[in-house]
Amino acid sequence: MSAEIATRMPEAPAREPSRKTRRVKVEPGYDLKGSDVLVRTLLELGVETIFGIPGGAIIDLCDVTGRYPELNWILTKHEQGAVHAADGYARVTGKVGVVLVTSGPGATNSVTGIATAFMDSSPVVVLTGQVPLRMIGNEAFQEVDTIGITRPITKHGFLLKSAGEVADTLRKAFYIARAGRPGPVVVDMPKDVLADRTDYEPGEEIVVRGYKPKIFGHAHQISRAAERISRAKRPVLYIGGGVQKPEAAELVRRLAIDNNIPVTSTLMGLGAFPTDHPLWLGMLGMHGTWAANMAMQHADLIIAIGARFDDRVTGRLEEFAPNAEIVHIDIDSSVIGKNVPVDVPIVGDAYHVLVDLVPLVQPADHKEWLEEIAEWQRKHPLRYRREPGVVKPQYVVEQLSEVTDGDAIMVTDVGQHQMWVAQYYRFKHPKSIVTSGGLGTMGFGVPAAMGATVAQKESEHARPVVAVVGDGGFQMTFAEIITAAAYNLPVKVFVINNGYLGMVRQWQQLFYSCRYVKTALYGANPDFAKVAEAFGARGLVISKPEEVRPVIEEAMKVDDGPVVVDVRVRADENVFPMVPAGAALHEMIEEESCGE
Amino acid sequence: MAQHTISVLVEQTFDALPRIAGLFSGRGYQIDSISVGEAEEPGMARMTIVTHGDEKIIEQINKQLNKIVDVVKVTDLTEEPFVERELALVKVSATQSTRNEIMQIVNIFRAKIIDISPKTLTVECTGGHAKVQAIISMLRPFGIREIARTGRVALKREFRGET
Repeated sequence: MSAEIATRMPEAPAREPSRKTRRVKVEPGYDLKGSDVLVRTLLELGVETIFGIPGGAIIDLCDVTGRYPELNWILTKHEQGAVHAADGYARVTGKVGVVLVTSGPGATNSVTGIATAFMDSSPVVVLTGQVPLRMIGNEAFQEVDTIGITRPITKHGFLLKSAGEVADTLRKAFYIARAGRPGPVVVDMPKDVLADRTDYEPGEEIVVRGYKPKIFGHAHQISRAAERISRAKRPVLYIGGGVQKPEAAELVRRLAIDNNIPVTSTLMGLGAFPTDHPLWLGMLGMHGTWAANMAMQHADLIIAIGARFDDRVTGRLEEFAPNAEIVHIDIDSSVIGKNVPVDVPIVGDAYHVLVDLVPLVQPADHKEWLEEIAEWQRKHPLRYRREPGVVKPQYVVEQLSEVTDGDAIMVTDVGQHQMWVAQYYRFKHPKSIVTSGGLGTMGFGVPAAMGATVAQKESEHARPVVAVVGDGGFQMTFAEIITAAAYNLPVKVFVINNGYLGMVRQWQQLFYSCRYVKTALYGANPDFAKVAEAFGARGLVISKPEEVRPVIEEAMKVDDGPVVVDVRVRADENVFPMVPAGAALHEMIEEESCGE
Repeated sequence: MAQHTISVLVEQTFDALPRIAGLFSGRGYQIDSISVGEAEEPGMARMTIVTHGDEKIIEQINKQLNKIVDVVKVTDLTEEPFVERELALVKVSATQSTRNEIMQIVNIFRAKIIDISPKTLTVECTGGHAKVQAIISMLRPFGIREIARTGRVALKREFRGET
């Protein structure tokens, strides 16, 4: 089979090195089942792996996949796990993640995964079974209005009406999932459509008339942006998930380094700028660094790229960055000016806009500004108290960072541990963080890490995949450890086990006078190492600080299957600094109140 | 808060209308009137949405509509001269003694009687929103039984000289 790079976009930009999606030559076929055409089209679109669970409505398709050994199907334990896995796979590869689930409960179980992918702009195509066309609306067995349920959390939804439209619909779904601001697309497949017969012709270019994202920025706005950047005295680069493509991240580095502009990022943007560079401020926002948040509040120019001024980033809007002009570059025009007024709006793909913008900027040294920032960094570094005999979660992340040399793909769940990873892992490369930033889906970590690990198996430059999860979120989807074991996927799962739903406990401590209602898990938690062993994974335990390093090293050596490390950390450690909900960015608190 | 008339050219797929309606309900935007019908090109529909909100909300509505895959073109007609019409069918109670008076009102508004019964008249009225409101309020004292309105349809005005 010969592989070639896709050139599907109507307004095709220059080919991008990170795009791994390949077009594969698939032989035409005549009088085939809809299912057959569907699988051939997936192969044509470069799909190597799908995630999912069979069921009645897709049994025919299931049967057909058995005849295509080149399509790898990872059978998960739950549909939510399948979507998170495809999402994780998509985030680290840039390819479309593909999910196959049955109708009814198969589709509803995938909803949380779809919403997660939607909020974080991840390209996922979810193929859902559906009852036969003539039975739709009859409350048939395992029938649900999948398109209706997923409408607000997808970029688009298709209902297949005939076998003849299977191939083109799939091509459109893939195009829509990837183009512009990426996101999930659902293709609902009635059982009879999959069984009907039609021909398969290898793909033609697909034009989706109503969806042609703007790739190149407006020249006039770009020159205005360059002017503002050149004359700014206190500029800050504020970057997000939109610059995770390596070629875009490279240009962000150039823009920052050539012009001495300090850089902060959202949770989703971590890794796009190297955290060991002196211009790196750390993450901003609710649990951002002092320096990053103060830099935003004192800046005279904010250059936002691929970020959307989310409420967790801005704090109280009325007092956000009071002195700053804002240049906002994003491929989605609807995020520009949505939360904060923007002085220079640029709609376009980060990479292509930066190609035009970077050469126009006049370099400056910003000496005074950088000194001011250095002073904040000196006085208010990220810090935590070391206590003898107690495992500190921040220390665990620091050690993970050292052992992996900042080279791992860090997958997190949601909660305190997620923030500690964001604060203490020394990210070096783009596409290194996989986390549910927008929806905040607990249970995301393990399956997403599994998907990311599958992608590493397909890759020539495999990187270790480390999942850091909490004991709460872990238990929501830890059945996928069984899946990882079944496929010998070397996922490293570190359960930061504090015996609490820790982030909620922290809020209860700080804002609800230490009334820990329904957040304690200790006593009812299982022995995670034993659970791991029962699931066919390696189970390890860290309960003393001196065990942290050797056990991490031991875990990282496991390469034939999953390993779960139960890291028994201090129960009531809090994430600081913290901007309380509703406060302005400069109103960070660094110490605990109540209880202490 | 200003009222805006937004014209949306959309592919006639099964999902286009609920997606657009869902955009408004899901994001808390107001729909004052919505109408949809086939457009000039086969397979395409033109939807006229009347909404209101501050500048920021109207901007978001335009941008969010543009993101919908089935939406081909969004035009905020409010920014330029446009013509707008609405059709209303009004079934009004009519007795022998009031029938003439109702017919006079109908004539004044250049409306039409399209159905008659011993106890009712059904009036068809076409015009701008204000005109339709006006005839309805003139007919109200006679006793309105039912009203069906199309919602507003609008197109950009081409010949600027006439206004």
